[in-house]
Order: sequence, then structure tokens, then C-alpha cells
Amino acid sequence: MTLIIVIALVAIVALFVTHPLRRGVAARANLETEVRTADLSTAKEDKYREIRDAEMDRRTGKLSDADWRVLDRQLRAEAVEILHDLDELQPPADA
Amino acid sequence: MATIGQACLLIALGLCVYGAGASIHGGRTGQEAWIVSGRRALFAVAGVVVVAFILLESAFLRSDFHYTVVATHSSTTTPWYYRLAAMWSSQEGSLLLWLTLLSVWSSVALLVIGRRMRDVVPYATAVLLGFGAFFSALLIFTAQPFTRVAVAASEGIGLNPLLRHPSMMIHPVMLYSGYTLFTVPFAFAIGALIVRRVDSEWIRATRFYTLGAWLALSIGVLLGARWSYAELGWGGYWAWDPVENASLLPWLTGTAFLHSAMVQEKRGMLKVWNASLVLATGVLCIIGTFLVRSGILDSIHAFVQEGNTIAWAFTSLICVLIGTSVYLVVSRRGDALKSEASLDSALSREAMFLANNVVLVAIAFVVFWGTFFPLISEAVTGTKSAVGPPWFDRYIVPLALLLVLLTGIGPVISWRRSTLARLWLQLRGPVVVAAVVTVLALALTQAADNLKAVALFAAAAFSISIAVQELWRGTRARQAMTGSGPGRAFVTLIARNRRRYGGYLVHIGIAVMFVGVAASTAFQHSQDVRLRPGQSATVGGYTFLYAKPTARIGQRAGELERIELGSVIRVTRGRRYVTTLRPNRGYYPINAPAIGALTRYFEGESTSEIGLKAGAARDLWIAQRTDITSFTPIIKKGDRLFAKAAQAGLPARTQSLLLGQALRGLVARYVAEAPGAQFRILVSPMVFWLWIGAVLLVLGGLIAAWPTGGGLSGRARARVSARVARDVRAPATP
Repeated sequence: MTLIIVIALVAIVALFVTHPLRRGVAARANLETEVRTADLSTAKEDKYREIRDAEMDRRTGKLSDADWRVLDRQLRAEAVEILHDLDELQPPADA
Repeated sequence: MATIGQACLLIALGLCVYGAGASIHGGRTGQEAWIVSGRRALFAVAGVVVVAFILLESAFLRSDFHYTVVATHSSTTTPWYYRLAAMWSSQEGSLLLWLTLLSVWSSVALLVIGRRMRDVVPYATAVLLGFGAFFSALLIFTAQPFTRVAVAASEGIGLNPLLRHPSMMIHPVMLYSGYTLFTVPFAFAIGALIVRRVDSEWIRATRFYTLGAWLALSIGVLLGARWSYAELGWGGYWAWDPVENASLLPWLTGTAFLHSAMVQEKRGMLKVWNASLVLATGVLCIIGTFLVRSGILDSIHAFVQEGNTIAWAFTSLICVLIGTSVYLVVSRRGDALKSEASLDSALSREAMFLANNVVLVAIAFVVFWGTFFPLISEAVTGTKSAVGPPWFDRYIVPLALLLVLLTGIGPVISWRRSTLARLWLQLRGPVVVAAVVTVLALALTQAADNLKAVALFAAAAFSISIAVQELWRGTRARQAMTGSGPGRAFVTLIARNRRRYGGYLVHIGIAVMFVGVAASTAFQHSQDVRLRPGQSATVGGYTFLYAKPTARIGQRAGELERIELGSVIRVTRGRRYVTTLRPNRGYYPINAPAIGALTRYFEGESTSEIGLKAGAARDLWIAQRTDITSFTPIIKKGDRLFAKAAQAGLPARTQSLLLGQALRGLVARYVAEAPGAQFRILVSPMVFWLWIGAVLLVLGGLIAAWPTGGGLSGRARARVSARVARDVRAPATP
């Protein structure tokens, strides 16, 4: 009985693990583009959060209005740069 | 069942080796099928290891003494809940717990990460499976938890009495959860370094596990401290013991990483530092496990079997991990790990985080050096010598002081740059609070005798008032932005910025803990005293009167579990009654009848059940060391009588009845004759606040670790997005 359970366990595990190989999942296409897009999306989220946090810093008195204006402009310019880079990676809408 | 358990471990090892190979092959060739197959291998490892875990736990619950590990670590008199925990008091069970938690947490991480980081995931999977292969190989070839004997013992040896404490059921699970959760960011850091994609994405993807690991490790360390205080009978919660230190080391580097990771997320800086920190944390987790299980260093917590053979295996693994980590960081230093920005100003939050990191790593270095000094001294001089708590205190106290101050300053300084004038505006209130606390401490207490403690009180007051000020200002800012009431603004402020405000609560918790530690160590009164009934000792203004002795035979499931010899201590202050304490010493029988029928009840493990009256102002703590030497002649005489009775062929049942009578007689005689006892008495101010701080720390950690979905809230995102979108169409204007 024990032997049957062990054999069944091995069989179930083997079937589960090798299923993708038997199904023949295709190779990853455009991995480089996907990775670059993911990197830029992360950078965009980080930048947006930085803009929001700078605003909060101004409201809680950590940044003066003048310092915040300079910093906010700089952060938005960096965000625009990231958005441009993202646009370049994406195929045209009518393609 | 044992065969199935053993088969599960063999299957797990095979899966780990296959899965690691498949993942690396998939990662190198880009063939998705191999990557998915590797990931499935990890899920399957979790499945079979959980089956093995359940099988062994069920053997403990059934008290199946055919299993060697059950017979040597449990007994029929062990309560069922301690039988469950008895598994990880053993080498075999503890390694199986490690493997189970590793495979389960790794599977959860891979499931949640899903299709993100597709280039990094295969290598991270391989690293996680590599750890799995190591631990399953240890279990199969060395520990062998499913070893059985043909004839089962009639009774087991039982769980080490020191471990019969509620916190010991959770403490190891929490520590190992911390260690195994830290392997997730470790594995992803290795993967990210291999594919040279060391941006902040791997930090974001594994943030939840890093916070979870930190939280679990915090709970584990704190439960260990509580157990020390309540169970070990030496009167403290932290002894700078190697095993305690081993769990503190990854906590320190992990705490540093949690802070510096924010700098990388914000500014793309400190990539080398962050990669090094998380890799060091992973290695320290393995070193922590190694220290506990190998027994290479003497420890009050060492529960290690003789003839340990796992040392070589752990040493090899640690060497491989260090070598790989150093190679990857050094080889990627020039390109992938290059910083995207530089430090704009020394007056910036990133500079404060960096300073805080340097202090945390310095503390970790001091702890590491002090912990391994016995090995270092043995290697250099041939003599094993250890450093004690005063050595640690000499270096840790000033560093801790600096850390608390930096913890305070960090949150009030802006990213990128600030000015001294702006910083002073933020700090003046907390500086005033710290000054007031200093004056009050000097004027109203005996704090002037210990200036280090005063400095810690002031630093803690400074840090707490900054955190409170931040909460207050944040709430007001949110009120101004949304027009909501203060209550709603406060709740949404925390809900929308869980990591930040959870972190502030952790800061408050740590500052409160420092207050407790500083007060209880600097102003503690302690005395070791020998008393007979009717005698008293005065400690810290309290009089401890040994009113009368107590004795009791503790039974479980109809069997004698332990003999408790204790005392009733009446505590007064002047003429005022304060409390009654009941410390005792519990003697657990050893399963070795050959040493004597009565002697065996006093030669096994003994534990100290302390008498404790805890309060916000001070704890009254007493432990008893019973002196039974005057009973030795009677016990030996009894041994001889029972040996003769056995030789004469007296039926076992009659012998058992007589033995019960003899033990009851001994216990009654102890109460009647009441020999003197040794007591350790402590009057420790504000220990209570250490535990309150610990609760705040855990609460803050929970808030910070609670999943948020990753990005900004919908409204905040839309607002920022709209402002940036305007700039895409037109040049940026303020």
C-alpha cells in the first residue's frame, strides 16, 4: 500500500511539473522590450510618488514654497522624459 | 507513514535539483516552458514538504515512539500543544520546519509576482530551489526525521522543560519565518544581479516579503526576550548571548535595507549598498540558523545534540553564498549597479538614511564581532574567550543613542535638499520636549547618577515627539487638502501612506523600548540572598519576606510530570502591603531508572518559575534556587530500599504505589523542615515599557507591511498624472 502511495505521489508530481514541457509553451517574444517597458513603468510610478511626496513635504513645512516650485518643476521634467521613453517603446495606435 | 515521509523528502530533493536546472536553462535560453516547469517544481516541493511536515507532526501528536525523534523530544505527559511545538525543539524537526516555511513562502512569492520580472524570476527560482535542495539533503542524509526503531519505547524523554512556555511555541516559527522570508529578496537580488537589471523593480516586487521578514523576525526576537525574562531565571531579557545575537544580526541589516531601499526607489542611488545589504542579510539568516543548530558557540539557548555533523554543510553553504554575493556585486559594480543620481546635499533625507544605515551596520558589526570573538580568539591564541554584556554596552549604547537621534531627524527633512533654517523650524519643538524631559529626569529621579540613561531618555523623547508632530502635521495637511474632519483625515493619512506612518509608529515603539531598556538597566536594584522562612531582604525599598515554603507534585495524564518546590513571598513597602509572589523550582524526572528510583526525580532538567508583579512604574521579580542537599541522604536511602525491593521481585504496581508514597513523604518533609533557599530579587523600573514599545513596533510593522496594491491611490495618481500630462503638451511651469 505504501509503495502504491509513493508511486502515485511521484507520478502526480512528475505530471504536474512536466506539463508545460509536454504542452510546448512558446519561447518568450520581445523580452527585451517587455523588460524595458516594465523598468520605465516602475520609474514612472516612482516619479509620480516623488511628485506627490514633495507636495506633502511642502504642506507639512519640510519644503518652502520656493524650494518646492524648483523641485516640482525638476521632477515633472523627469517624469515627462520617462513618458517620452515609454511612448517610443509602444507601437503606434493605428498599427 | 515513515516511508511516505522519507519519500516526500527524496522527491523534494529531486524536484529542487530538477527545478533549479530547468529554471536556469529557461532563463538562459528564454524558453518559457522550462521556466514554468521550474516554477511548478517549487510549488510541488511545497506540496510534498507540507505532507512530510504533517506526517511528522501527527507522529508527535499520537506520541508514536517508534519515531526516534518523537521518543527523544516528547512524552505522553507532554500537553498536546507542546507536543506540536516539540517537533522544532529537535534538530530534525527544526530543519524540516525551515524547509517547509521556505518552500511555502517562496511559492507564495512566485505566485504573487506572477508575470512581473520575467527575466529575473527564473534565476530567483533557482536560488530558492538551491536553498531547498540544501535543506532537503540535510534532512535526508544527516538529520533523518523519519528514522524508526522496531520496538517503541514505553515512554518518551519529553520536551525540554525550559521550552514549556507559550512563547516558545511561536518564537521558533517566527524566527524561521523571518529567515525564510528574507531568502525571497535575497534570491531576487541574485537574479537581478545575474541579468544586470538592478533598478528598483526587484525591491518593489519583494518589498512585502522584506517587510514581512522584518516583522516576523521582530516578533521572534521579542518573544525570545520575553521567554528569557519569564523562564530562564537569571533576571533579564537580553544577555548578548550568541543565539540571541544571531537573530538580531539579520534584523539589523534588514532594518538598514528597509531604509536604504527607499533611497533607491526615490533616487536610483545606493544600488551597490542595497544589493550588499540584502545579500548580507540572507547570509546572516543562514549563519543564524547555523549558530542555533550547530552549537559551535556556548549559549544559554543551546539545545544541540552531541556529535553534531551539520557544521561542515552549513560552513560550505555560507562560503558559497558569500563568494557568489561578492563576485556578483563586484562584477556588476561598474555598469548595472551604477548610481543614477548623486547626493545633492548632506542636509537631505537620503543623507540621513545613509547615516542611519551606517550606524545600523556599525551596530551589526559590533554584535558580529562580539558574538564570534570566542572563535576568533581561539583561532588566534588557541584559547576560547568570550566578551560579556559590559563590552557590548560600551559600544552599543553610544551607537544606539545616535540611531535614535537619526531616527528622529530622518522623517522631518525633505528629499534631495533642505536648509538649516528649514530643519530648525521642524526640530525646535522636539528639541524643547527633549530638554524638558532631561531637566525633569535630573530633577525628579536618580538619573543624574547615570548620564547615559538621561541621554537615552532625551533622545527617545526627541524621536517620539517628532513622530507625533509628523502625524499631527500630516493630519492637518490632509484636512486642508480634502476638507475632511481630523479623525477621518488621520485615518486616511495612515491608510494612504501605510509604509511611512507604520514606520513612524515603529520609531515610536523603538524609542519607548529604549526608555524601558535604559531605565531597567541603569536603575535596577538586584540582590542574591539566602533566606529561611521568616527571614526577609530589602531591595530597592521593598521588603521581601519568605513567609512559607510550598511543595507540590504536578501530574499530567495520571503520571508524575514534575515536583515543584517553592515559596510564598510577601512583599511590603514600609508598612504597606504590595503583593504576594510565588516563585518555585520545578524538577522534571529523567528517564534513567539506573541512577536511583528517587534520585531520578531530582537529577533531570529543572526550571525556574519566577514570581513577578509587573507594573508601569516597576517590576518586582523573584526567582528561587531551592537547596535540597540536606535531603540527599534520605533520597539515597530511598534509592537503596527500592533497589532491594526490585531485586526481591516486588510487583511493579506495588513498587509504583510505594514510590508515590515516598515522593509525597519527601514533599511533605520539605514543607515541614523548610531548608533555606537562594533567591535572586530584582526591582526593575519601567520594564513594562519595553513590552509596550514592542507591541507598538509590531503594530507599526503590521501597518507598514499591509499590502496596498503598490502605487498611489487613484485620486492622487490622477492628479499627478494630469499635471505631468500638461507638461507633455507644454513646457513645465510651476
